[in-house]
Amino acid sequence: MSSNAQDGALKIELGRRYRFAASHRLHSAELSEDKNSRIYGKCNNPYGHGHNYILEVLVSGKVDPATGMIANLADLDGFVEREVLEPFDHKSLNEDVAAFRGTVPTTENLCIEIFRRLKPFPKAKLERVRVQETSNNSFEYAGDNPEGFEG
Amino acid sequence: MVLLTRKIEFAASHLYHNPDFSPEENRRVFGKCNNPHGHGHNYTLEVTVAGEPDPVTGMVLDLKDLKEILEREVMQRMDHRFLNYEVPELAGQIPTCENIARVIWRLLDPQIKQGKLHRVRLYETADLFADCYRNGAEGGQAP
Repeated sequence: MSSNAQDGALKIELGRRYRFAASHRLHSAELSEDKNSRIYGKCNNPYGHGHNYILEVLVSGKVDPATGMIANLADLDGFVEREVLEPFDHKSLNEDVAAFRGTVPTTENLCIEIFRRLKPFPKAKLERVRVQETSNNSFEYAGDNPEGFEG
Repeated sequence: MVLLTRKIEFAASHLYHNPDFSPEENRRVFGKCNNPHGHGHNYTLEVTVAGEPDPVTGMVLDLKDLKEILEREVMQRMDHRFLNYEVPELAGQIPTCENIARVIWRLLDPQIKQGKLHRVRLYETADLFADCYRNGAEGGQAP
């Protein structure tokens, strides 16, 4: 299949969306009960609550002329399934994910943890992750690479 | 700088097949997308143009002009077409989201005279898309 001589002039990213449902409770052991209640409001309910999270993963790389792909979706899907969906879906983030034992599972911290887990994807470069907690709230993280945002 | 985005939708069919691969390899690499009769998608295209608003009109570019460019360059070429066989710009390429987005970028970039093409985002489904940027623009870097 034809290769593309002008490839270097353009940057192409592949974006893929995944879904998982999980519960969490926002509570910091370093804050008083009053302060926790004031800062986190309803999210401080001791029994926790849940969301249908949408995870967007963006990777970049050379488009392989033989396949037309930056990365084979089966590889990306399998990696995300293993690293994120399987350990997070239908779980309590506070109780079931070791990273949130001492870290408040805000969606900011969730983005950072997901980025950390997906960074080693061997077939393409992870640019950024975007996590939508509800249709009104979403968060993005590009690691220490500011160029991961917007191209 | 202001970014302006216009969205259009088109429906098209395609299949993934590399004649250099064996039938088994084609099936293994491309899976269901290798069905020889093809299959189709409702594509959603978001085109983002960057620029400073004109002090008189308040516009980065006239949306009517962008609408016409998209109609001519994308809709007429790709809507209700079989991408492998009917779009010459894709000849010899696997019509993946990545390759279609790149072809669309190359079609649109020379047509946009006011402002600068900033991003082409093509959704093949709600859960799969490709973004195309000018390399080096807006913090972009070499792949």
